[in-house]
Amino acid sequence: MELPDSAGHFGRFGGRFVPEALHAALRELTDAFDEAMADPSFHAELARLQRDYAGRPTPITDVTRFSERCGNARVLLKREDLNHTGAHKINNVLGQALLTKRMGKTRVIAETGAGQHGVATATAAALLGLECRVYMGEVDTKRQALNVARMQLLGAEVYAVAAGSRTLKDAMNEAMRDWVTTVENTHYLIGTVSGPHPFPYLVRELQRIISTEARQQMLDAYGQLPDYVAACVGGGSNAIGMFADFVPDADVELYGFEAAGEGVETGRHAATITAGSTGVLHGTRTFVLQDEDGQTIESHSISAGLDYPGVGPEHAWLAETGRAHYEPVTDAEAMDAFQLLTRTEGIIPAIESAHALAGARRLGLRIADADPDARPTILVCLSGRGDKDVATAFEYFGLPGEPDKTVGGLQ
Amino acid sequence: MNTFTDQERLGISGRVVASCLAAGRPALVGYLPVGYPDVSGSVEAVRAITEGIDGNGVDIVEIGMPYSDPLMDGLVIQHATTRARERGVRIRDAFTAVEAVAATSATPMVMTYWNLIEAYGPDRFARDLAAAGGAGVITPDLPPDDCPEWFEATDAHGLDRVFLIAPSSTDERIKLTMESCRGWVYASSVMGVTGTRSDTSDAAPVIVERARKVDPGLPVGIGLGVSNGAQAAEIGAFADLVIVGSALLKCLDSDGADLPGDLVRLRTLAGELADGVARSRR
Repeated sequence: MELPDSAGHFGRFGGRFVPEALHAALRELTDAFDEAMADPSFHAELARLQRDYAGRPTPITDVTRFSERCGNARVLLKREDLNHTGAHKINNVLGQALLTKRMGKTRVIAETGAGQHGVATATAAALLGLECRVYMGEVDTKRQALNVARMQLLGAEVYAVAAGSRTLKDAMNEAMRDWVTTVENTHYLIGTVSGPHPFPYLVRELQRIISTEARQQMLDAYGQLPDYVAACVGGGSNAIGMFADFVPDADVELYGFEAAGEGVETGRHAATITAGSTGVLHGTRTFVLQDEDGQTIESHSISAGLDYPGVGPEHAWLAETGRAHYEPVTDAEAMDAFQLLTRTEGIIPAIESAHALAGARRLGLRIADADPDARPTILVCLSGRGDKDVATAFEYFGLPGEPDKTVGGLQ
Repeated sequence: MNTFTDQERLGISGRVVASCLAAGRPALVGYLPVGYPDVSGSVEAVRAITEGIDGNGVDIVEIGMPYSDPLMDGLVIQHATTRARERGVRIRDAFTAVEAVAATSATPMVMTYWNLIEAYGPDRFARDLAAAGGAGVITPDLPPDDCPEWFEATDAHGLDRVFLIAPSSTDERIKLTMESCRGWVYASSVMGVTGTRSDTSDAAPVIVERARKVDPGLPVGIGLGVSNGAQAAEIGAFADLVIVGSALLKCLDSDGADLPGDLVRLRTLAGELADGVARSRR
């Protein structure tokens, strides 16, 4: 059976655990999306924006110098970092912004962690003439000040959320509160494959283009499917998009890499599937970091985009059924991979994506250890570029911020 | 007037409503979260609203369980529940508050986001609440068409289950929700979160009317935005239950520094609200 079912379930996960006031809007959205998906003019308009505005299709890059450090694996990158606004987020946002217009709504709101989804939403709002407000945890507005400025330049209002843990989950609560009050003219443009049905399904379908393109590109350029597909998982939208068309390919192994922060054993992490338990958060049943009373525990990750105590319900289902494997990657491992890709390939990845690179490298080394004759191909979703993370990297590596040498001055 | 005769559907709390209506007035429901300003202070507070100044207070106490992600709540309740959690409130403390209310003439219910029940275990939660003397549970984020385990648990332990309807609900959805309730149905009077408002909503009489038309056999409560005696009288003229939350909680705003003073204000407001509902149908 095709999942989710009509009530939004992926097995025992998913659903629609939100105040009744929002059910009508969720049903309206479900209907509008189904109609849009059946309407060739919607597909044509979306395809035009993806091509002429976002810059799709994104290429696959064979990163040979990086691969030398990954055992006998050949690592290939699906370059979502080359999208307009610098990440895969634009794929989802363009589709939902078009849907907003279709539903006759004039305003969008969004939550954002790292700021990438907020920037993408502000971008699409500017493009389509929609009013836009972005909710961002107060902690995140400080560590991602550059993205706050970008959203404001694009004409969006940015509201810092000082409630609770002041991060992504609280921004999502606040956006829900806004939505329940303004639902008549406002669409809540959720940025990940979580939240109440239809969001996990709708966002998956809009991100599916990553794997639809990548699968064909593999066949065309390499004459084969990859042996492994890898992506980072916070809420999980780039990973779902990267997995979607490969799920039926039983020989392709799927790997999601979660943020282990300072280490799963320290309790300061965001490894929801590895270390969480079943619960309901933000309208969906999934794996959640929670205490024994069911109170959400704050997550920790160097990457704001992965710093979320829940995960999309479809990932919970893929993990439980064993179709995909999920492993934790620490801040330190991610930053090593961040530096390695930068130095070997001249590509500065988003720290989120660096988790996938670190995981792919671990996978390559592990396979080389177990079977020295194996020559696996690992396709990694490079979900975003690292420009936004320069300040974090600067601090992490303790760079002095001074030139190596000053020349040409008068003695 | 009183069409509420099916004792099975009325459960425990619906019978309280029916007897209030028989006495010519709607039932008054007061919400307060357990653990604010601290657990013992909140227990004193729930007792205070059952008594008012002269013994006239709320008929039903809605004991709120603080949750980390309360997406239905406005700032007043958010701030109090955040502090309650910082001060270590646990789920079992809600049962302590329930016991305290059960010892008065008022009826205790619990309001909680679903994940806390899921974590505690639905059957265990229902069992422990019933043992503490609780009448039932209000679940603002639990869809009635997707919780068979909650029906089983509440049926097994004889508890009421109250779900919400909203101005945006379709008639079909109102019907489904009311059929799923035992006790009464909670109608949000506005599209929005909890909090006091200066004017009562025009949508309040509309949602009550719609609910009655769809299902005349179940009492309809109106919540969100009622804050004083006049509003209680206005809403009480057509609603079967008048629900007050944030306004009561605001009385505790010394944050425990002057609990006796806060309790006096709380009793005064509870009394004013009780007077409001008492005169609402005269």
